[in-house]
Formats: sequence, structure tokens, C-alpha cells
Amino acid sequence: MTSTDLGMPSLGTQGVPRLDPEAPAQTKKDFTSDQEVRWCPGCGDYAVLAAVQGFLPDLGLRRENIVFVSGIGCSSRFPYYLDTYGMHSIHGRAPAIATGLATTREDLSVWVVTGDGDALSIGGNHLIHALRRNVNMTILLFNNKIYGLTKGQYSPTSDVGTVTKSTPVGSVDHPFNPVSLALGAEATFVARTMDSDRAHLTQVLKAAAAHRGTALVEIYQNCPIFNDGAFQLIKDRDEGRARLAHLVDGEPVRVGEDHVVVRDGSALRVVPEATADPSDVVVHDAAAPEPTQAFALSRLDDGTMSHVPMGIFRQVDRPTYDDQVRAQVDGARAAAGGPAGDDDLQALLLGKDTWTVTG
Amino acid sequence: MSSKPTRRLDRVVIRFAGDSGDGMQLTGDRFTSDTAALGNDISTLPNFPAEIRAPQGTLPGVSSFQLHFADHDVMTPGDAPDVLVAMNPAALKANLADVPRGSTLIINTDEFTKRNLAKVGYAVSPVDDESLASWHVHSLPLTTMTVEALADYGLTRKEKERAKNMLALGLLSWLYSRPLEGTEAFLRAKFARAPEVLEANLTALRAGHAYGETTEDFAVRFEVAPAPMHAGTYRTLTGNQAMALGLVSASHRSGLPLVLGSYPITPASDVLHALSTMKRYGITTLQAEDEIAAVGMALGVSFGGGLGVTTTSGPGLALKSETIGLAVATELPLIVIDVQRGGPSTGLPTKTEQSDLLQAMHGRNGESPLAVIAAQSPTDCFDAALEAVRIATTYRTPVILLSDGYLANGSEPWPVPEVADLPDLEVEFATRPNGVDDKGEPVFHPYARDEATLARAWAIPGTAGLEHRIGGIEKADVTGHISYDPDNHDRMVRLRQAKIDRIADTVPPLEVEDPSGEAKVLVLGWGSTYGPISAATRLARAAGTPVARAHLRHLNPFPRNLGDVLRRYERVIVPEMNLGQLAMLLRARYLVDVRSHTAVRGLPFTSAELAEVLHAQALDLQEVPS
Ligand code: SF4
Repeated sequence: MTSTDLGMPSLGTQGVPRLDPEAPAQTKKDFTSDQEVRWCPGCGDYAVLAAVQGFLPDLGLRRENIVFVSGIGCSSRFPYYLDTYGMHSIHGRAPAIATGLATTREDLSVWVVTGDGDALSIGGNHLIHALRRNVNMTILLFNNKIYGLTKGQYSPTSDVGTVTKSTPVGSVDHPFNPVSLALGAEATFVARTMDSDRAHLTQVLKAAAAHRGTALVEIYQNCPIFNDGAFQLIKDRDEGRARLAHLVDGEPVRVGEDHVVVRDGSALRVVPEATADPSDVVVHDAAAPEPTQAFALSRLDDGTMSHVPMGIFRQVDRPTYDDQVRAQVDGARAAAGGPAGDDDLQALLLGKDTWTVTG
Repeated sequence: MSSKPTRRLDRVVIRFAGDSGDGMQLTGDRFTSDTAALGNDISTLPNFPAEIRAPQGTLPGVSSFQLHFADHDVMTPGDAPDVLVAMNPAALKANLADVPRGSTLIINTDEFTKRNLAKVGYAVSPVDDESLASWHVHSLPLTTMTVEALADYGLTRKEKERAKNMLALGLLSWLYSRPLEGTEAFLRAKFARAPEVLEANLTALRAGHAYGETTEDFAVRFEVAPAPMHAGTYRTLTGNQAMALGLVSASHRSGLPLVLGSYPITPASDVLHALSTMKRYGITTLQAEDEIAAVGMALGVSFGGGLGVTTTSGPGLALKSETIGLAVATELPLIVIDVQRGGPSTGLPTKTEQSDLLQAMHGRNGESPLAVIAAQSPTDCFDAALEAVRIATTYRTPVILLSDGYLANGSEPWPVPEVADLPDLEVEFATRPNGVDDKGEPVFHPYARDEATLARAWAIPGTAGLEHRIGGIEKADVTGHISYDPDNHDRMVRLRQAKIDRIADTVPPLEVEDPSGEAKVLVLGWGSTYGPISAATRLARAAGTPVARAHLRHLNPFPRNLGDVLRRYERVIVPEMNLGQLAMLLRARYLVDVRSHTAVRGLPFTSAELAEVLHAQALDLQEVPS
């Protein structure tokens, strides 16, 4: 563990004003804005919105202290549908805007909503820097492996060979695996979930909100219009069961009902449980100081969705950027005896090298 | 006291020039401080290469520092040096053309070796032939003198040589009757942990001073009487320092925590450096991953009710355009400081230019009006920063504040203001609903506007009952809902423009300086040309040409009387360090046939050059039948 104890809060929502326990409990309705939702029928975004609206009351935070910042893309319309504070910003820049906001306002619960194009293409730089800084915010990355809003071009998570309007004979560029990317950037919380699994989605969001630092949640989201069935293999009840690896901290990593993940040199491999040497079986350790094993798990999916881990890959404590930035400012003020008054500013303006002219 | 006769001068221009590693900037800075302490008015112009360590002894590696001090108020760093200190052949070669014949050259002959001469293409040393005959040349082995003065120190030869700039400073201090105490105190602080280096530097400084006193090479010394200045406490400031102090003061006076989002870029980085030391004043600095993130962070801060600021130079402003457009659409306060440099592209990073005016005005997609103001002198950056914050918070708009490389690094004396006299910048956030919905329930309308300013309410997260969503997509007037309605868009585009135009309500009328009242020629400037234009106007008037002068702080919107001012004169001349960007705006806006005078050499105008232009225009006017 590299973290030093700064006596700083360890819960993601600590410092955010909570609802009066006496007050009537909030409901989904309180978080639903009066705006008509305008995604295509059947879009996976609906399910995520419903899950978020349903889960936010559980946080027990004051609604006015919750802010959603989004970029550009279908999913980035998200803030308009939530009756919290929100900013629908510009393409790719939401993490930067949220960083400024979260750093100066400890009393806000800050959420970023972004997509695969927004976060990984045009905004890739901001994403990795937010993750390495560990700003206290939760990033919901809706991955539908396609550009929806611009009507169906391939995205940085599209499989090689994806045929779209801009790649009539198939895309040739190698896709990003968002979880691998986030772990490579040493994100302190990385998880993957799916639009259609409400219970799992809610569970992961809860853990993400509780995490102090940048939490990246990749949400597999179906775009029925331009990339329908992109996740069908794992959504299909029978197929999915055999392909999914639900990560449970402290438990062996299982794929389907009868396979496990074992160490094989420096890589991981999926083998039938019956043939596995129990000492080789990988036990999930989300809090491992090094992201190495989590990264290896993220590589289990080679793009064919044969083995797809879901859940929390990594969850470690590291001092957050915003806590430390505020601590420096607060520390400097405290050392000088409190906030600067007129006299203090006057002293600064005068500096150390003055001369006086008498009239 | 000196045994030599002292001659009084009214003004002196000195240029220290040497290799980048020779410490010329420090030497110039110290001379400036000691001179300021004597009560002279001063203006300075540092000039250094973009390369951090250009090859030693070459022309690209020359670094110089010019200062102009006088017994009267000084407008510019001076057109031409009276004294050039050249620490090596490259410094001589690079600067000699600027030094009028008859002026003084102080040359460090130790560096005039065959090898160094060859590096800059001198076949024969100019010190040895007749080529410098029309200057007063003092050929001194400054390096050897330094090493000899430090004979008793246990330092390496290289370390001893390094103190040669202090020897030169000591000599110049003697020559112009400057005290050494200020520099001695500075050295003590700087080398507190290296006593031997400290002693060596002090010894070299004093040796230079003593040399002036004893050598026959210098028969007279000079003095420059203090300039009459208003009573008060003064310090010297560079433009970047003044900018930082202005921002801190604005934060203090507005009660808003200031957060700077910035990405390092020449010549703006010193504002970031300065603000990063001011945490005690509640200042937060975030060094972003790029220019776009830097302005994004600042905008996030503004959304949260802080004072979001970003600092940059031309290339960075280009990258920030889209986010600034978002600030225009979301109508949030945002301070964007552009310390302009030579362009296009990377251009001349360490040189000055005024060529971002049109970028500031128009460098965004769509109809995207915002406020643009400019600082006119190094210490004016302080006032300009306060004004930028006033406009941004009052009108909820991004403000682009234009400085430039000349202002950023140049310095001048500054009468330190009283904090209580600074403008009151207090802001009010929205606290309660400002409208009713269809059912008559109170609601918050994010795009309802103040009648006078047309500013929308600034309701910050954490305020119960005012939850709302803003964004870059077009919003319905008043309610702020997404709207694709053609008429609404037309209305919103015009409202955003009208709001910026309204700023002129609080902009003072443009003042014209025309002492004779007879001028037919008006010279109008903006930004850092203030000094050269003012000096040129004086020269022209002294030569019998009446000239009126005015200078713009507000570039968007313009002061309301600008059109009347322009029309009052038979000829309007606009000097700019670009190809006529303000002139173009004025012509378009007022249909006045302004004459552009432009130069883009990476250097400020000289006052002589501008005086000549004023003269020629006045003459031309006499010849044109009106
Ligand atoms: S295009 Fe796809 S992602 Fe976008 S709203 Fe429609 S279904 Fe959803």
C-alpha cells in the first residue's frame, strides 16, 4: 500500500451533506426531471437511467449536492433526465470539468457520464489523467462499441473488422479494452457491469459511489440501432452463463459453472475446474496493491467474449487528488493563522523590496 | 564618495548582453531593483532565446536585458542603448546594430578568443581593428579580473568565472552611482547556504565597483536624479507578477476562491508559478494534462461558484476555443489570460506580438461573443485582471484578457495600492426560485436574465430547490430546456450578443490626450504599444507636430464614444504588432478609414520609429486637400 495516512476521509460521499434523517425519504421520482427522455426505443441507456434514478435515493445525500457532468454522445444526455445539478458539456472534456468542480467543492458528489467515443477517443487524455490523479468522482462509461449520435461509425472499442458507414470494408484498428486501459492508468476503482443486469449494476454503482477516488465503471450498453446484439453472447441466458466470470473478492475466479481461472506462467488461463491444480486457481483480490492480477483478469476477454469478467476488478485506497490539493491550501492558511485578511493581502502586494516616495 | 567628477544625465539606456549562461537576466534584474530604489522611473525589456541551453557562444544563445531609467517618467525600455555590455563576441555582434555610434561599449575581451570569434563569423576581432572606432569602447578582461579578484577563494576556476556578471554589475553600479546594498542583500539571501559562493559574488561585485573608482579608463561617473513620482510606496513588478497579484486581489475582493487551471506555456508560465505560491490566500493551482483540460477545470470551478481562471499563450488559446464556446453558451464567468507571443503555430515563443486579437474576438464556432480586454503596461496587468473579473462575474461571461511577452517579462515601478481602495467585486449567487411553472409552482429558470445586465442567475450546486442542467446545446430562453426552435435560437444568439454589448454601459468613455487641442491626427493603440506610442507622441509634439493619443483597454465591447472619437480626427493611425487586426475591426465597425502601421519583428516598436510615422502622416495630411 503506497498510501500515506493524511487523516483524510475514506468514503466517497464523506463531506457531502446528507438528508436530514427525519425528512421523508427520497424516491426515484425526486431524481427524475421533467424532461422527456429521447433515446431510441430499446436503447440500453433507459435501463441504466432507471437504475441510477432508483439507486441515488439510497445514497441519502442531499439532491442539490449531486452533480452529473457529461460529454457528447447519446449517453451524455443523461444529466438532463436527472433532477440534480448537471452540465452537458463538450465532447470528451467532462472529466476535466468534473476535476475542477470536484477539487473545489468537497461537498458535492460528482458523477461523469460518458461513452466509448467520448471517453476513449476524443477525451482519452482527460480520462487517463483523471484516473491517475484519483479525483473523487464516479465515471460511468457507457460502452456500446459504436458511435450512436453521429449515426453509426465504428468506435475505439469496436472489434476489428467492424463494418460501418465509415468502414465499409471493415475497421482495421485494434480496439481498447476500457478496463485494461483504466488499470494501466492505475485507477483505484475499476469495474464492469451491464445495462440489462439491474441488480449487478446497482451493486457496482453503490460500491463506486462509496469509493473515495476516481471510480471507473464500464457499462456494456446495447445500441439496438447501430450495433444491436454487440453483447448478445453474454446477455443470452445460456451462452452468457458459460462465458461470464463474476468477480467476488476473496473467492476463486470462476467462469461459468465448471471452469476456473488459473495462473499459467505470467498469464491466466481458463480450465475445467476438475483438472485444475487448486494452488494455481486465481483468487480475486480487488485490494491488491499492484494492479497486475486485475490487469491479467481484464485480458481474459480477447475480444471474442469467450470469458468475460464482470464486477469490481480493483478497489484500493490512495489519497485523492482533490483531498490533497485542498489540504495544501488549507494547510497554508492554517499555518498563516487562518484565511487571509486585508492586511495579509496588503503585505503580499507590498512584497519584500519596496521604496517610499514622499510627496 | 567618489574622487571622480560626476556628470548628471536625465536618462540612460543600458543593455546587458551575454551568453544564456552568463547571468544577464539576473544582472539586469539587480540593476533594475537598485535603480528603482534610487527613485528613478524605469522600464525594462528582457530578451532571451527560446532554447533553454542554446550552444554556447553562438548568436542564437545570446540573452540580453535592457533597461531605461530616468529622472522623469519613462514610457518604454528605450529605443537604443547608451551602453552595451557585451560579455562575448556573439553578444556584440547580435546587438551592435541597435547601439548608436557615439555610445559606449563595455566588452569582455577574455571571451574574444579565436574560437569564439569564428563561431559568429568574425575573421578579425572587432576590438583589434578599426571597426568600433565610432563607439566609446572599454575593452576589459572581465573574466580574468574576476578570477584574480577571487584568487584567495577555494573555488574552481569555472566557479570563479561564473561571478563575472557580478563584477560587471559592480562596475556599472559605480558608473551610474547606484548603491550596492540591495544586491548584497539579495546575494545573501540567495546564497545563504553556500557561504563561499556568497563571499565570492560579493567580492566580485565590490571589485567591479572598485575598478571603476580606480581605473583611468573611466574618467567620469554619472548620476540620474530621482524622477518626480507621486508620493507612495513603490515596488517593481513584471507583467506576469502583476497579473498574479491582480488575480489574488480579485479573489479577495470578490470573496470567491480562485482556481487556476493551467498548462505550462511560454511566456505565461510565470503566472502559474506565482499563483502556486499563494495558497495561503486561498488560491488553488491545477496543472492540467493539456490546454483543453486546463480551461475545462476552470469552467468546472466556475460552475461550482469559484473564480475559474486559465492562463495561456496563442497556441493554447487555439486549443481552448471549444471550451470557451461552452462558457459562452452556459453563460458562466471564466477568465482566460492570453500572454501573446509571436505566431502562427509555435512561432516565436519568447518574443512579443499582438496577433491574437482576432483569435480572441472570433476564434470560436458560431456566434460566440465574449468580452476582450488588454493590459497596456507591465503593472497595468494588475488592474486589467481586476477588470476582467468584474466583467466576468457581473455579466457571467468568459473574458479574454490579452497581455503579451513584452508586458509579461518587462518591469516597471508600481505604486502599491491600498487593498481597501480596490474595486468591490462582491457577487451574489441565486438562492431562491425566480419563476413559476405551468402549475404555478415556484421553479428556477436558469436562463432568466437580469434586466440591466442581461446576465443569467448564477445558481451553484448545493443550493436546494435550484437544481438545473446547463450545457452547450441550445437552450430555451428563460427555462433553459433543450430547444431546437428556430425562433428561440435566433433570439438566444441575439441575447448573448446583446449581453456582451451591454458591458459598454459600465465601460468608461475613451479619453483622448491632446494637450494642444489642435491635433488633426489621432494615434490609437491597444495593449503593450501604450509605452512606445506615448513616447512617440511626446517626441512628435516636441518637434512641433500636434498629435492626439488614445488607448483602448476594452476591445469588446468598445467604449461607446469610440466612433465619435474616431470621426473627430482627419487621420487615425493605429500602430499594432500584427498586420492590422484592430484597424480591421475599427474599419468594419465604424466605416472610418484608419491607417495601419504594423511591424511583427517580435520586438516592441521603438518610439523614434513611431514618431516618424506620426510625423509623416501629419505632413501627408497637410498635402492632401481636405
Ligand atoms: S443510437 Fe443507439 S445508443 Fe444512441 S440512443 Fe439510439 S439506441 Fe441508444
